[in-house]
Amino acid sequence: MKKTIITVVGKDTVGIIARVCTYLADNQINILDISQTIVQGYFNMMMIVDTNLTQKDFGVIVKDLEQLGENIGVIIKCQKEEIFNQMHRI
Amino acid sequence: MINIFEVAETNEMIEKENLDVRTITLGISLLDCIDADLKLVNEKIYHKIYHAAKDLVETGEYISAEYGIPIVNKRISVTPVSLVGGAACKTPEDFVSIAHTLDKVAHEVGVNFIGGYSALVSKGMTEADERLIRSIPKALAVTERVCSSVNVGSTRTGINMDAVKLMGEVILQTAEATRDADSLGCAKLVVFCNAPDDNPFMAGAFHGVTEADKVINVGVSGPGVVKTALEKVRGENFEVLCETIKKTAFKVTRVGQLVAKEASKRLQVPFGIVDLSLAPTPAIGDSVADILCEIGLEYAGAPGTTAALALLNDQVKKGGVMASSYVGGLSGAFIPVSEDQGMIDAVSAGALTLEKLEAMTCVCSVGLDMIAVPGDTKATTLSGIIADEMAIGMVNQKTTAVRLIPVIGKGVGETVEFGGLLGYAPIMPVNGFSCDAFVNRGGRIPAPIHSFKN
Repeated sequence: MKKTIITVVGKDTVGIIARVCTYLADNQINILDISQTIVQGYFNMMMIVDTNLTQKDFGVIVKDLEQLGENIGVIIKCQKEEIFNQMHRI
Repeated sequence: MINIFEVAETNEMIEKENLDVRTITLGISLLDCIDADLKLVNEKIYHKIYHAAKDLVETGEYISAEYGIPIVNKRISVTPVSLVGGAACKTPEDFVSIAHTLDKVAHEVGVNFIGGYSALVSKGMTEADERLIRSIPKALAVTERVCSSVNVGSTRTGINMDAVKLMGEVILQTAEATRDADSLGCAKLVVFCNAPDDNPFMAGAFHGVTEADKVINVGVSGPGVVKTALEKVRGENFEVLCETIKKTAFKVTRVGQLVAKEASKRLQVPFGIVDLSLAPTPAIGDSVADILCEIGLEYAGAPGTTAALALLNDQVKKGGVMASSYVGGLSGAFIPVSEDQGMIDAVSAGALTLEKLEAMTCVCSVGLDMIAVPGDTKATTLSGIIADEMAIGMVNQKTTAVRLIPVIGKGVGETVEFGGLLGYAPIMPVNGFSCDAFVNRGGRIPAPIHSFKN
């Protein structure tokens, strides 16, 4: 399974999760885990998703989510899980 | 499973602390391009590099997007050109034609530097070596992306003082040939002792003759990450300090290892090494000098600087070695002046002199790097500085290098602007006492004794 980490950081507002999830559902990206906190009014979310079924190129998903983030007024990053595993696990 | 705090830590490093992969460097052997016909040599070099590197930039950008980590530079290193062009080049001008070819192909595949316009003359110079060295001023003036290096000494062979003398002259001629651009040509020219075959960093990268046909070498960076980590342990003892640097270096290097493996897989080129160096840039917060200040110095150059740099260099290696399966290149902490805002500040404040920098090079990973000196500095004085630095490398069995920029038409107190990653630098005073008679002796300094170790 190809796991991908999506992070959303920005000012809290209505419907952030809904809009991200809609995009993921439309593109056959399955959500495996979500954790979310609000630190000093800032929305901070991490999703672990499975991108195995999607037809879209990874680079396109990265750009789409970046654009979606701009529309909502938050920063959305989409990165393969391996960079975090490499850095934080021996 | 990875948690939100670990993800946030990694992304903070990338976004706020300038964590990046400094370079993916594709090493390409040009030994099979050797021919007695100069036109054919140029054609073969062009085709070999073009086909090997045409996907390098695109692959680097794709990996960068997938992992969300900036890969700042994509570069190429080639076999020292004095070997490749030796049979065909009968004049320095002939070698310049190869420099043109390298520059052209670098532009076409989109890399920002190509290294390997080099000669290895640690014991003696062939006629071809000397022709190449004499062609360097013109080659660097008429090309944009070609980088040159000359290895003039090693622990096993001693120091070739004829080459040291010649390089003092060549550096001045290069400065003169590029005087309209503040002698920028000298920023692309390095003189080495114990040059590594697998260095991915410019301007000193070349593809050694002991290497495979093609190889991927990666240079990581991240002085800002180390500095931020150290901010959290202010006032703690050296044990805590060293552990913190080590753990941070581990994390930084793991990213380099990941990128190197991915690049190797996608380009179908063997993975060579990860170079663990902390390489600063002029960006605020991306400075090795700032780490030294965080360790406890008012400015880089204050008493204690050499010790602080020694421990930093060692801990970076200790942390990094475990993070990568193959470590090589220069690996340690670079201390260029113009490329490091903290170093520039230290020079401007009068805290850092050329002599202190020389002492620091005994314990850092390279040497006197990106230091602007007055344009009226004599060639023999430059040779004397090179000889000192080479002696440090030879005796301590380490790589040392000199990248000095005598800025023609400018003197102490003035500033020179190189732009981009090369930064800007205040011109530093040079000891003006003569070493002419020393440099003009000619010949070699014998290799040092290293046999009484039992």
